[in-house]
This record gives sequence, C-alpha cells and structure tokens, in this order.
Amino acid sequence: MKPFLEVKNLNVSFPTEDGNVNASQDISFDVALGETLAIVGESGSGKSVSNLAIMGLHNPARTIISGQAILNLETGPVDVITAPAETVRRLRGKAMAMIFQDPMSSLHPYYSIGDQISEAWRLYNEGNKKDGLKKATEMLDLVGIPDAARRVNEYPHQFSGGMRQRVMIAMALVNNPQLLIADEPTTALDVTVQSQILQLLRDMQKEFNMAVILITHDLGVVAEVADRVNVMYAGKIVEQAKVDEIYYRSLQPYTMGLLQSIPRVDQIDGHRLKTIPGQPPSLIGLPAGCSFRARCEFASHVAGDLCATVAPALEEKASKHLTRCHLTSAQLADLNTSDVRGGNN
Amino acid sequence: MSENVLSLENLTKHFETTTGGVFNKVKGVVKAVDGVTLDVARGETVGLVGESGCGKTTVGRTVLKLYEPTSGKIIFDGQDITKLSRHEMKPLRSQMQMIFQDPFASLNPRHTVGTIVSASYDIHGIKPEGGTKKAVQELLERVGLNPEHINRFPHEFSGGQRQRIGIARALALKPKLIVADEPVSALDVSIQAQVVNLLDDLQQELGLAYLFVAHDLSVVQHISDRVVVMYLGKVMEMADTAELFLKPRHPYTKALLSAVPIPDPEIERKRERIILRGDLPSPVNPPAGCVFNTRCWKVQDICRTTVPALVEISPKHTLACHFPEPA
Repeated sequence: MKPFLEVKNLNVSFPTEDGNVNASQDISFDVALGETLAIVGESGSGKSVSNLAIMGLHNPARTIISGQAILNLETGPVDVITAPAETVRRLRGKAMAMIFQDPMSSLHPYYSIGDQISEAWRLYNEGNKKDGLKKATEMLDLVGIPDAARRVNEYPHQFSGGMRQRVMIAMALVNNPQLLIADEPTTALDVTVQSQILQLLRDMQKEFNMAVILITHDLGVVAEVADRVNVMYAGKIVEQAKVDEIYYRSLQPYTMGLLQSIPRVDQIDGHRLKTIPGQPPSLIGLPAGCSFRARCEFASHVAGDLCATVAPALEEKASKHLTRCHLTSAQLADLNTSDVRGGNN
Repeated sequence: MSENVLSLENLTKHFETTTGGVFNKVKGVVKAVDGVTLDVARGETVGLVGESGCGKTTVGRTVLKLYEPTSGKIIFDGQDITKLSRHEMKPLRSQMQMIFQDPFASLNPRHTVGTIVSASYDIHGIKPEGGTKKAVQELLERVGLNPEHINRFPHEFSGGQRQRIGIARALALKPKLIVADEPVSALDVSIQAQVVNLLDDLQQELGLAYLFVAHDLSVVQHISDRVVVMYLGKVMEMADTAELFLKPRHPYTKALLSAVPIPDPEIERKRERIILRGDLPSPVNPPAGCVFNTRCWKVQDICRTTVPALVEISPKHTLACHFPEPA
C-alpha cells in the first residue's frame, strides 16, 4: 500500500530585496497512516515552512513553491502543490489538519469554544448549530476536558494553556483527518502538561489511524513519540531514518553533534557538554558545497575540498537510512563510535 | 566573611490584584513567593526550578530587590539588605547582576555593544584600568565575541551572540552573584550548549555564584550544584543535584522528573510516567493545606487541611510533604 503522504523534491523560497530566501530545498519524504514522522531542526531550518506548503498556507504572491506533495486519498491521489486553491481548501480541515505551537493565539477570543469546533465540523457535515455543539461536546470529552457539556459554552480565556491545546486538537480531529501536522504542539507548555498532551496525541492517533507529522526542536520529545525522523539543517533534510537509527547509529555529523550537545536528566556525571561551534548559515545566497561544513568537525576527513565545492546529495548509506554527507557509511559509523562524550573544547 | 553569598529567610512576595477604575480597590492577593528559605554559597550554582507561575522568577527578582519583598529577610554577603533604600542599594548592585531570558528584548537596539556593556561603569562611576574601551573589549573577548565588534548594534548579532553580550554586561563589575533567569531557553539546541559551557567556565575562573532560574530540568541538572523545586510560591524540595535527581522524595519532584523526555528511544519505550492530572491551580486562590494536593496521586485527608512543614530529612536535603517517597 502506498503511504498516505508522499512529498517529492519540494522547494519553498521567499523572494526578498536581498535575494531569494531558500527556506526549504529538495524535501522528499513520506508518511503512512498510523505512523509518526518527527521533523527536527533548529529555528530557520525549514521544518515549518515545508509543512505549511503541504497545508497550502503560504501566500502564493510572496512564495515560490515547486515539487510535489501527493495525498493518496481513497478517491485517488491529489497533488496539493499543483491542485487549484479551492481543491486544497476542501482538503484542509478534512483530509489534513494542523495544530500550532501557540494555543493562545490560535483560538478566536470572541467565539465560544463550542462555536469554534462546531464551525469546523459544519463545514463538512450536514447539521445545524445544535448538532455542531453536540459534536463539539463529544470531542471535548474525547480529548479529556472535564465537564465538557458546560465548558463547551466557555471562551478561550477561561481555559489554561494545556486545555487550549486540547481544544486545538479537538478542533483538528473533528472531521477525522488522515494526516495531522503538529507544529511544536507542546513547546509553550510545562513539562507535566506536555506529557499529558503527547499521551493524548498518541491515543488519538490510535483511535483515528492517522498519519502524524510532529515538528519539534526537542530531541527528547522525538525519542518519546517518533517512528521515523527527518533531521533538517539550513533548509534541507540532512538525515532520514527510523528513530533508533538516528539515535544509536547516526550517519550525519550534524545529528551526532546535536545529540551530544544536550544535557540529559538521567546522566548526572557533570561531563562537559560538547558543542557545535558557530551558528547556522543565512539562507540567502547559501555558498556552494555542504551547508554544515563550517561547523563540521569531520570535514577534515574528506579528501580535497569536496565539502566546500559540492553539496552532498541525500543518499541511502544504510538500509532505509538516508544522509547528506561526503563520508562513507563506514567512516561515519567509525567517527560516531570513536567520538565519545566528554567534548573537544 | 560569611560562607554564603546569599541567604533568604522565609522570603515572601505578595502582589495585590485590584479592581481598576476610579476606586481601584484591592480584590485579592497573589502569593507569588510564600516563605522561601535558601542559601547560595560562594562559587556555587543553585538551580531554581518549577512550572510557569511557581514564583521562581519572582524569587530571582526579589533577591536583587527589583521587587520589594513583602516579608522575610534577604542577606547578601553577610549584610541584611531587606530594608535598604534604592540609594543604599546602589553600591551593592555592582556585586549582584542579572542575565535575562530574552536576548532580543534585554538589549537596547539603539545602543552599540560598547555602550551597553560599559553602561555599568558609567552608572557606578568606575574608571577601569587601561580605559573603558579596553575593558569592554576584554569582556567581549572573554565571552567569545570579536572585540572589534564593539561598535556594532544588537541587531547585527544572532540570539546566542546577544546572550553573550548580556553575559559580558553582567560581568563588567565583577559581581559575586549572578541571577540568571532562563538564560538559555530562548536559544537553539546547538547554541545552548555553547552558552552553558561559557557560564561554567566563567564560574570557575571568577568564582561567581549563580542563582539559575529555569524550567528545563535537563539544563538545571547539568549546571547546578544544588536544586530547589518550587510549586505555587513554596519550596517543595531542596537537595544536592545528584540526590534530587536520583532519589527525589517529594511526589511533585518525582512527577516532574518523570515528565522530562529523555533523548533515548529505548529508555523512552520502557519508561513509566507519572502523569499528573490537571493544571497548576491559580495562585490567587491556592488550595488549602499542601498546595500540591489537587494534583498529587498520594493525597490523603491531612494534605487538604494541614500545610506540611519544610524539614531537613537528611543533611542538606529538605522536604515539605506528609507522605514522602521512600528513600
């Protein structure tokens, strides 16, 4: 069976006076129903931009998008990049839905919670306002909001951050979408509430058999929920593999550096954190070669000036494990194990 | 010279909420900090953790007397500063500095880096040896910035670099204590480690003490010698870092730690979480008895009526709970 979403060579750029900002380049991945794909990267790595393109949420007047993002619907495949805006609008909120980072600004302060959920439901279902509110109450109950029948008539300011995120999830799920894109859904929440929301997302995924794309910068959250992972850097996917491959057998210097630079609550040994020197490059006029080379500690292992002149392609260097690096898989595996915690600076 | 650079004794900070309008009556009291006792020794890092609204930032700000404490005592370097006026505080301010969370909002966009970092010299009328410019350039170099960038403006720097400017500013007067309020939470993962290491190095070189306020328990664990866990304005548990993280005794500490994701998929699959029900109660109307009783899975009748005292259960490990976890 084909995966539900297939993204092929997706490019998103924003023209500016200083030149094109190449926010996402050459993005290819797929997600199956029931599967969770995590997209991890730092600010400006292009993780949100590529997913907003899939949802058709960029302003076409100010964005250049190319490539494909195919939804394999029961009625047949639809490429949401080239499909007319009206077709994409009819898929949005039905076949695919999105939840955002900030539950404070994603809800309308003037409408009751029930009105906002029922609006989403009535868009695709026959029923009057009363039916809509009944459906909204059901959904609130499902996402674990106590006393749903009363709270459905309340307004966003009467809800806490965690409760608002539950409302956002209820709203996204009201039309049984097959694809849910969650963009940093727990970043604004406290850890105890974060674990409630991640648990809820997992339960809902099982209940509705959804494909879930989770965008996050938190490698702990990724380890907790992901089946597969895309690591992004400077607008490109630099590594793509199953979650265990990424954490235990990474073939990408950037991923290795990231994993070693984060402190862990279960390692109380006072070791010095390893750092990745420097900072991510500007996305305007990226120089030739590998975007990570200036920060890469392994660049010296590559013969000649290959890293500076040729941008590495995303290649399969182990079974279902793709990476962008000029080093061979044997070299990478070797560097990853020899490079023990403790840091080099 | 006392051993502690900072001691708080039963510190409270209450904010009044008002009705607004012409009469502006007092409606209620938010007990943001409600009886906090803690010490910070010279050269030590004390981590202050808790969820949003637990009062950790208010503690940090009250310590520096950016807020006037409601009651209790603040003893800085052996001197009681609780009642000192603004004027009397001024000479002491050079010894206590702050690093802020948001490196975008905490630097004046119209001032150059040189002006920002040297402001404290001007305020305190200090003429550093070799001139202000040289002193600033040395500071910039010390925090890992290019000293030639002294005439640049904040917008020309990235988030991590700006946080370094904030650190240089805090170091200018050679303080004894730095209150760092979420100093790395606005930074990207790869930049966080750079700043954490810088704070570590500076502490070793200069013998600084940090009161490190943060919600990220992984970072706090890494940087702190001791950790204080707060909930709704009160201290729940306080212990040496290793002891607190390996053997938490307070149910809240235990739940908090179990909620922190660990970047290791195998561990995550096996892990059992304590999922707390509900949200933090409002600090305007905190629960009677133990403030944590509404979310605690071990709650009994006594928890709803009697506030547990903060007691030392073993050397340097204090706890406020009627039913602590077994040691």
